[in-house]
Amino acid sequence: MNRIDPHTLAPPTTPAVPAVEVLSAEKTYPNGTQALLPVDLSIAEGEFVTLLGPSGCGKSTLLKMVAGMLEPSDGRLLVWRKPVAQLHDCPHKMSFVFQSPTLMPWASVQTNVRLPLDLAGVPRKEADARVTESLALVGLEKFAGALPRALSGGMQMRVSIARGLVTQPDLLLMDEPFGALDEITRHKLDADLLELWRKKKLTVIFVTHSIHEAVFLSSRVVMMAARPGRVVEQFQIDEPYPRQADFMVTPEFARHAKQLQDSLLRASTTEEEEAAP
Amino acid sequence: MKTATKPAAPLLGQPRVQRVLYPVLIGVVLVALWQWMVVAMELPPYLVPSPWLMVQTLATDWAPLGSALLVTLKITVLSFALATVAGVLISFLFVQSKRIETALFPYAVLLQVTPIVAVAPLIIIWVKNPVAAMTVCAALVALFPIISNTTLGLRSIDPDLQSYFKLNRATRWQQLVRLRIPSALPYFFGGLRISSGLALIGAVVAEFVAGTGGSGAGLAYQILQAGFQLNIPRMFAALLLISLTGVALFVLMAWLTKVALGSWHASELSQD
Repeated sequence: MNRIDPHTLAPPTTPAVPAVEVLSAEKTYPNGTQALLPVDLSIAEGEFVTLLGPSGCGKSTLLKMVAGMLEPSDGRLLVWRKPVAQLHDCPHKMSFVFQSPTLMPWASVQTNVRLPLDLAGVPRKEADARVTESLALVGLEKFAGALPRALSGGMQMRVSIARGLVTQPDLLLMDEPFGALDEITRHKLDADLLELWRKKKLTVIFVTHSIHEAVFLSSRVVMMAARPGRVVEQFQIDEPYPRQADFMVTPEFARHAKQLQDSLLRASTTEEEEAAP
Repeated sequence: MKTATKPAAPLLGQPRVQRVLYPVLIGVVLVALWQWMVVAMELPPYLVPSPWLMVQTLATDWAPLGSALLVTLKITVLSFALATVAGVLISFLFVQSKRIETALFPYAVLLQVTPIVAVAPLIIIWVKNPVAAMTVCAALVALFPIISNTTLGLRSIDPDLQSYFKLNRATRWQQLVRLRIPSALPYFFGGLRISSGLALIGAVVAEFVAGTGGSGAGLAYQILQAGFQLNIPRMFAALLLISLTGVALFVLMAWLTKVALGSWHASELSQD
């Protein structure tokens, strides 16, 4: 397979194997609310793409359409050139990580992480081996027997990520996964996520409303605006990986952040002008 | 673990001791007051027997009272089991579709609001075996909390968790076993706690209505008969047995809940 490696190269201008293609997909609810104007977006294998925007810009809607949790009211979405509904008979897999840990409170960490394998009917022995491996990836191998309530919010989120990784996905969809965590924990998990992305050669679509998080993580940022939800601009973050915490105090980081900030401001001022009679 | 590192509080200061001690103290005071009033005001035992006389009667009349207790217990336990099984099955039916629930729920309510005393004579006519008839009566009383609580519980699922199951193509069965049933357990046990008491009340009411004497007579019949004979101390002893049975059932249900949910559900976690 002709997989490009975005970890050493700048993201390609010629599209490589597209993992996700959004073809004029839009979402209008029956009551007429336009959650998302038509979006065209192509995401190559191995990219780390962030959907960035204020509340109500449709970033979660777009992500949930990619996951197949929401149907677009018009347009199409392809994942590895297939409609999302047909993904189960495709060798590629995707995982979804929710904003909250979404764990079963009655089940141990081990059982929670094993859930997608149990649902798929993977034999217990193989499943347990993969759970151990997955928990080791997020540094929680010692907590396999604990109940979720015994863990901190950050640790619960790690369990949720371990559950996302246990199916060995190629595509990881994350809906503001660290939004509810304190900033220090969030930085730590951001750095760990980048490590995993590099190690596992994942494709990640990450939803956030934090400009700093977007710059730190992404190879590309898709800027979105609200009322109606739409994509306004896209930015390549051409900074080399691996990125460490000190990346956040470099002038390049500040330049990217400023660029995104300005774009966000432009998007919201046009919105206000339109709103004014 | 935290309490182990703390210096041990004085015995009376421990909340666990207090939880038993305070109600027991109130009980002792009330019983003492009752005993004192009966003696001081020279109340005759056919109006208000003293607590001591009640306990004495319990001991001397243990043969009829004990066997009556067993009969009442049997009906209570049978009807409680029947109500639990039927209630859970009906709840499973209800959550299969909103339409089924909408169509049938009013009838569950109807069952609940119709006084059992009014229905019991019919059931006793229709069902030949008196034990079966009384069991059905008591089960009808105990049924509704289990239906309503379990249905509510089976529907109270974390929506994100449900999306996650759907995303992973979980079958209906997998969702029921791995998601709905565990989510419903706290509600189900809440229902059990209410229904255990109702089953006892239902059993006593059914016995009153049935009025069965002889070897199959329960505590309610003992109360009736003692009333006719103005044997008030025995009436009080039978009452005491019914109350103690109710308390025992409640404690048993609370313990079951703790065993089933203690490790994870917020209602059973210690508050420190």
